[in-house]
Amino acid sequence: MISIKNVRKAFDTKKVINGLDLEIPRGETLVIMGRSGCGKSVLLKIIAGLLSVDTGEVWVDGTEITKLKKKPLNQIRRKIGMLFQSAALFDSMTVAENIAFMLDQHTDLSQQEMRKIVDEKLKLVDLHGVQELRPAQLSGGMRKRVGLARALAFNPEIILYDEPTTGLDPVTCTEINELIRDLNQQLEVTSVVVTHDMHSAFSVGTLMVMLHEGKQLAYGTPEAMINEDNPVLQQFILFGAPDQILNIDNPTLKKFTGRKPQ
Amino acid sequence: MRNPPSESASSNGLAFLIKNRLHSTLSEIGEACRLLAETIFQIFRPPWQFDLLMKQLLFIGFNSLSVVLVSGFFTGMVLGVQGYVQLKPYAVEGSVAQFVSVSVVKELGPMITAFVLSGRIGASITAELSTMKVTEQIDALEVMGTNPVKYLVVPRFLACSIMLPTLTIFSTFAGIFGGYVAVVSLFGFNGYFYVLEVQKNLYVGSVLISLIKATSFGMAIAAVGCYKGFSISTAGGAEGVGTATTGSAVISLITILVLDFVLNHILFNILGLI
Ligand SMILES: Nc1ncnc2c1ncn2[C@@H]1O[C@H](COP(=O)(O)OP(=O)(O)OP(=O)(O)O)[C@@H](O)[C@H]1O
Ligand SMILES: [Mg+2]
Repeated sequence: MISIKNVRKAFDTKKVINGLDLEIPRGETLVIMGRSGCGKSVLLKIIAGLLSVDTGEVWVDGTEITKLKKKPLNQIRRKIGMLFQSAALFDSMTVAENIAFMLDQHTDLSQQEMRKIVDEKLKLVDLHGVQELRPAQLSGGMRKRVGLARALAFNPEIILYDEPTTGLDPVTCTEINELIRDLNQQLEVTSVVVTHDMHSAFSVGTLMVMLHEGKQLAYGTPEAMINEDNPVLQQFILFGAPDQILNIDNPTLKKFTGRKPQ
Repeated sequence: MRNPPSESASSNGLAFLIKNRLHSTLSEIGEACRLLAETIFQIFRPPWQFDLLMKQLLFIGFNSLSVVLVSGFFTGMVLGVQGYVQLKPYAVEGSVAQFVSVSVVKELGPMITAFVLSGRIGASITAELSTMKVTEQIDALEVMGTNPVKYLVVPRFLACSIMLPTLTIFSTFAGIFGGYVAVVSLFGFNGYFYVLEVQKNLYVGSVLISLIKATSFGMAIAAVGCYKGFSISTAGGAEGVGTATTGSAVISLITILVLDFVLNHILFNILGLI
């Protein structure tokens, strides 16, 4: 579905992505891990066609997007939903207008139909009665969830999540993780999830990649990642979630991660 | 002791700096023209979103009408007083009405309106768009398949091009009225004669000049405001927004002055309008 071939991206002299290759097959959920500032958000923006690459190819759903003109690129983007790290809600609009934005721009749905979809998506992210509020009136975690609802509004085939659970309480975190898993399993969307939260990573990921110095350090299924013999990777996974991954004897935690390690 | 190599390095440095500066200014003008070209291209492409245009028209109108009226009125008063005092020694103070109306219609009406709008509207366009840029809202628009030029720039560009001539009509009347109030109340000038003189000197050509100038200024203000808003780097932050906003006001003032000179030359000397 998405494949990245030998992509390089630098800002002035600062090389951020440095010859990266990456495959994301249809229907998989790829978790991207890596130290802060290693270029995860930049990579998501490259996939969405928001940032140009210096060299290399980016294929999305069978089309090479790096040299595409605006119009065909916008056609492809309608299949993509993206949750920004900062949520990036339009602050001149209400929550409902934010979520309905794509419907309003690209379809002829009536106000009533749009309102129904808005309510439905808000319910998915466990928010109620915020339709008429402005983004500035929401908490950080609420903004994130509205951003997620907006990303889902057009029923995308590909969803790019930039730190979907950062800043959320543990209960909401778990709900969001379940939502990501459900979307993946029931609607067969292809997802790319950037996260620092190992709990979330192992609960939603069907594939994982660890970025390091602009390249992939390790790539594979979660099971393979745990068994990978790489100190940088193991440090990252262990420091992130020692209990959930190591404590195989703890059935309660295991239930929450929704996956049996090893 | 002086160190010769360092001196040559510093003069090289200066040349380098000037060259760099020139290069970046030229490439900025190029970028701004590209944005302008895309804006004009997008204006003619459906779908048209009239609600967005309406919102901008109202925003500009509500924000600027009172300031434009007051500025126009006082400019007219100043012209009335100055004109009367300057013309009196030559015993042609009767021409003060003509002096006020011609200056206001052809020059000061569009100019004052453009100055007011470049400070109020141009700067606010830049502030809004650059904030959207640094908070990734423009990225969000693009990801959702909406062209930011079409969605954000086109309505602002059209609204400025429509509202500037509209508000210029108001400021022109306010200016002529200001001149009237000044000369009639301060110098006991004959009000009826003033009105007659104004009417006599109001040509279609002058009104056309006024409107052409005003429309051009409106386009310039919107183009500069939008370009400055868009050209901010995502990494600019709040500081970048501030710099872009003041930069926008200054650049559009200079653009208006240069444009006024060019238009005067074209309209009066080449096309021979009066
Ligand atoms: N628009 C930009 N202009 C210049 N440099 C940028 C820009 N965007 C990102 N960078 C640089 O690219 C690098 C990677 O940034 P990115 O936001 O992708 O990090 P990240 O991996 O998402 O980090 P985090 O986990 O903290 O979100 C950073 O060093 C940043 O300074
Ligand atoms: Mg990031």
